[in-house]
Amino acid sequence: MPAAFLACHNLVKRYGETTVVNDLSFAIHPGECLGVIGPNGAGKTTTLRMCLGLSTPDSGRVEAFGLRMPADAHAIKAQLGVVTQFDSLDPDFTCAENLMVFGRYFGMKTADIRARIPGLLEFAALSHKADAKPGQLSGGMRRRLSLARALVNDPRLLLLDEPTTGLDPQARHLMWERLQQLMQQGKSILLTTHFMDEAERLCDRLLVIDHGRKIAEGTPRDLIAQHLEPDVVEVYGGDAVALSSGPLRAMASRVEVSGETVFFYTQDAAPLMQALAHDHSVRSLHRPANLEDLFLKMTGRQIREEA
Amino acid sequence: MMNPMLRWWPVFLRNLLVWRKLAIPSLVGNIAEPLMWLVAFGYGLGALVGSVPLDGKQVPYILFLASGSICMSAMNAATFEALYSAFSRMHVQKTWDSIMNAPVALRDVLLAEMLWAAFKSLFSVTAILGVMLALDISRSPMLLLVLPILLLAGITFSCLALIFNALAKGYDFFTYYFTLFLTPMMFLSGVFFPRDNLPVVLQHVSAWLPLTQAVELVRPLFMGRWPADALLHLVVLALYALVAWSVALALTKRRFRG
Repeated sequence: MPAAFLACHNLVKRYGETTVVNDLSFAIHPGECLGVIGPNGAGKTTTLRMCLGLSTPDSGRVEAFGLRMPADAHAIKAQLGVVTQFDSLDPDFTCAENLMVFGRYFGMKTADIRARIPGLLEFAALSHKADAKPGQLSGGMRRRLSLARALVNDPRLLLLDEPTTGLDPQARHLMWERLQQLMQQGKSILLTTHFMDEAERLCDRLLVIDHGRKIAEGTPRDLIAQHLEPDVVEVYGGDAVALSSGPLRAMASRVEVSGETVFFYTQDAAPLMQALAHDHSVRSLHRPANLEDLFLKMTGRQIREEA
Repeated sequence: MMNPMLRWWPVFLRNLLVWRKLAIPSLVGNIAEPLMWLVAFGYGLGALVGSVPLDGKQVPYILFLASGSICMSAMNAATFEALYSAFSRMHVQKTWDSIMNAPVALRDVLLAEMLWAAFKSLFSVTAILGVMLALDISRSPMLLLVLPILLLAGITFSCLALIFNALAKGYDFFTYYFTLFLTPMMFLSGVFFPRDNLPVVLQHVSAWLPLTQAVELVRPLFMGRWPADALLHLVVLALYALVAWSVALALTKRRFRG
């Protein structure tokens, strides 16, 4: 395997008594899209901040492009593109000016940036908004402008912190399309997300973290196959919860109850579906196990205090 | 790659470009208020006061006030920019965060903000000086030296304000700085009346205030004289700037390490 673009070795970060990132190691290889998934407060954003040299790990180290963070922070950041969780566009500048001003932070010449702006705006589907200010844009447009801004220096690696949070489905799909386009151009991406369909669709490899620790790593398909039964039957309505301890229990290898819904995880859903077909007091849904099941199995169903 | 010494420049330029869009209203605000003070107190109160004794001579009150209030304007312009505007960019708009995702360090961002606030203060002061010339308050050729001195004062007050910027949780916090530091300093530094009129204890405090240094340097230049102890005042002002800069940088770094 070629040398990693970015590698974190045994990162630890504590805030007072709380350990936010706990012995975390991972690497991103050229051309790869790595997804980092975990509940709120799992340490995703802190990890990204350490990758950017904005936060100093209590122990462990970050390397990128053969350089060390934070000693070579400037040289590393010159090759990175970053989209943060919250938009930080300049509200006083137009879209085109936002790109121009940001390019200057990389030491780019005005003429070189100017030459790149039409292409970047087109990529962000914002050519018609070149002279609009961020306040006049929709949420999806602002996120795409943030993405275009992160591309102004033609980075090799993109760090994206929840790039589609708060977007409607149309805007989210357009964002996905653009990210896939970037991967085809050979860019590497590190992505944090709460959306399992996003992780499944975009990421070559996933890192599941909780309480600052890595709890699983692998391709989405392998992770599901390793940790879950292939089929799920969700039963709800009526007295569904009672079924979790009844005779149907034996037809599933694992059963979870969440509120009024029972989840039967099974190798073969046919007998279960047959048995349920006669019970009209409850409703049932048969579907393949997905990443969300995996995520909930690993990190639990309870709401996090931070959420 | 950029010259490491000049990483602050694109950040300074960013502020300049935003300001260019709002320059006229901003200029009106920066000049109109000090001029109102000057007209109301200089001509209004000046008519009652007549002249003020200064170094054994009688000086028209308007001249006394103009030479002090221009220092106060330098202080206020730099302070407002380095408090409210810098805080908006740092905390509200998260502009600093996005800049630091590029190869620009926090130190460069802070340096740019400091120099920007000092520049804006110099700009206001230049405009005010122009109006004072038009009002024929002073025609001394030594007025040219007022600008570099007030640039230094602008730098000092920017650095001081950035300390409070680094500590602020919200805009309300800045009220402390204005009420507890700037307003008393305005009255203790000889802007409105000679410092000799203060009780002796306050005179000792007053002698070491940063605004006093600026007033002691600038006022004689308005009269066409060299300031006494010029070097001492310049050194004190520069020391305030250096110490305040170090403290502001350390506190800002602490804030962003979180």
